Amino acid sequence: MSRVVLYIDERAISVPRGATVAAAVATATSRFRVSSGGAPRAAVCGMGVCFECRVRIDAALHQRACMVRARDGMRVTTAAGSAAHE
Amino acid sequence: MSKGAHALESVELLVCGAGPAGVAAALAAAARGARVVLIDAQAQAGGGVWRHDLRFGVPRTAQRRLAALRRSARIQCLFEAQVVAGGGGELLVETPDDAARVRYDKLVIATGARELLLPFPGWTLPGVTGAGGLQALVKQGWPIKGARVVVAGSGPLLLASAAVLRKHGAIVLGVHEQATRQRVAKFAAALARWPAHALHAAALRMRLAGVTYRCGEFVVRAEGDDRLRAVVMQTPQGTHRIDCDYLAIGYGLVPNVELAQLLGCRMQNDGRHASIATDERLATSVEHVYAAGEVRGIGGARSAAIEGEIAGLAAVGAHNAATALRGRQRQARRFAALLTEHFALNPDIYDLAQADTVICRCEDVPLGALAGYTDARSAKLATRCGMGACQGRICGAVLAELQRFPQPPAATPLFPARLSTLEAFR
Repeated sequence: MSRVVLYIDERAISVPRGATVAAAVATATSRFRVSSGGAPRAAVCGMGVCFECRVRIDAALHQRACMVRARDGMRVTTAAGSAAHE
Repeated sequence: MSKGAHALESVELLVCGAGPAGVAAALAAAARGARVVLIDAQAQAGGGVWRHDLRFGVPRTAQRRLAALRRSARIQCLFEAQVVAGGGGELLVETPDDAARVRYDKLVIATGARELLLPFPGWTLPGVTGAGGLQALVKQGWPIKGARVVVAGSGPLLLASAAVLRKHGAIVLGVHEQATRQRVAKFAAALARWPAHALHAAALRMRLAGVTYRCGEFVVRAEGDDRLRAVVMQTPQGTHRIDCDYLAIGYGLVPNVELAQLLGCRMQNDGRHASIATDERLATSVEHVYAAGEVRGIGGARSAAIEGEIAGLAAVGAHNAATALRGRQRQARRFAALLTEHFALNPDIYDLAQADTVICRCEDVPLGALAGYTDARSAKLATRCGMGACQGRICGAVLAELQRFPQPPAATPLFPARLSTLEAFR
C-alpha cells in the first residue's frame, strides 16, 4: 500500500494513502484540540458530526480531521502546535 | 480560494447521502433513465455502514451496488460536499475549495443517522470514542494495533465494531452490553427469523476469538489524565476497574433530520428524537422531497437500502415498482422494532452525569449549569449550550435522550461554512 507523508505540528508522519488526517494526527499525539475550558480533546464520532477532532490544515482553521484525506505535504496544526506558536 | 457559489444547472433527481439508502435511490432512479446527482460529505460512497476500509475494502453486501454506482453514466457523484443551506428547490453545497447552488426537480433525503453518545464522568477524555466512531476511524487508518479497547453501550453495532477493531489488531478486552442477558437472549431467539443477519456472524466470530460478551454491564466512569487510562464498569456483581487505551461506547443511533427540518418537512417523534414523517411512497410533507432509511427512524442497513430503492422509484414516477417493494420494507422494519424493544436503556445510565460533567462539549457547559432551564433556547442563551461548532448535534441529542428538553429544529447554516459560501445564498 502506498503512503503519504504530511506534517503534524512540524513532525513528519507517514500514513497509508487514503487515510484521514485524523489517522495521521493520532499517530503523532492523543490531543487534537483544547476545549474552551482547557481540557484535551480528540476525535469521537469519526463521521464529521461532533467537531472534536478540529485542527488547522495548512491555512484553513477548524477543519474536521476525520473528514479530510491526508495528502503529501499537508501541514497540520493541533492544539499542541498552536500553543507552541503563541 | 473559494470564488463564492456558482449555480449548477438543475438536476432531475438530487440525492443527499451516499449510504445504503442514498446509493439505492440513485441506482433505482438512474435505471429508469433519470439523471441523478448524489452528494455526500465523505470522500467516497458507503455512509457509515458500508464505509470503505483501507485494508479490507467494503463489505461484500455493498460491493455490487458500489460498483454499479461507479459504472453508472447517469449518476454524478459529488463527494466531500457539505449541504449548508437549502430552500426554494435548491441546496447550497460547500466543497473543500468551492461552493455550488444545486437546483433539483426531486430530492431524496438519505442523510442517515449519527451515534447516540451519552454523558458520564470522563466521557470527554481523548481515547473515549463512539463505538461506531472508533470503527469508522480505524477503517480510515487510525492506528489501533496492540491497543487495549473496551467496547460498551448497547445494540448489535457493538459486535460489528468489535469485529472490525479486532481485525485491525486491537486487543478487545470485552464487549459490554447494558441490556440484561435475558433481554439479549430473547432478541437472539426472535432474530432466528432473520437468519442471514450479520449479527449472527459477528457474535460467532467474537466467541471464536475468545472475546467476552457481557450483558447487564455499563461504564459509570472513565479515568485518565491527558487521555483515557481506565474505565469503571457497573456489573450485576458490583463495580470493577479495567485499564485500557480506548473506550468505544455507543447507545444506538439518532436520525440526521437537520436538512429535512430546514426544508420544512413534517417530523414525527418517538418521545425523544425526531425523524421524518412520510407517506407510503416515502414522500415527505414538502412537495418533490422524499426521505429514505434511518432519517425515517432507525431501521438498519437492509431497511435503508429497500427504502432508498422505493424513494428513488417514487421520485421518478415508477409507482408500481415502488409499491412492489413494500412487503420487503415492512419485514425489514420489523427488525428495528425488535431492537428498540430488547435494547431499551437501563434508566440508571441517564443518571451517570454529575453536576460538573460536561454536556455541551463545544462550549464546556456542565450539567449543573443547565439546572432550571426547561427549553433548549433559554438554556442556550444563558449558558451557550448548543452554540458551538457541532450546533447542538451531540448535546441536543443527549438532552433529548435524558428528557430534559427536546432538540430545537435546525437553522441555517446546517454546518459551519465559509463566509464566501454563505454570501452567495442570500
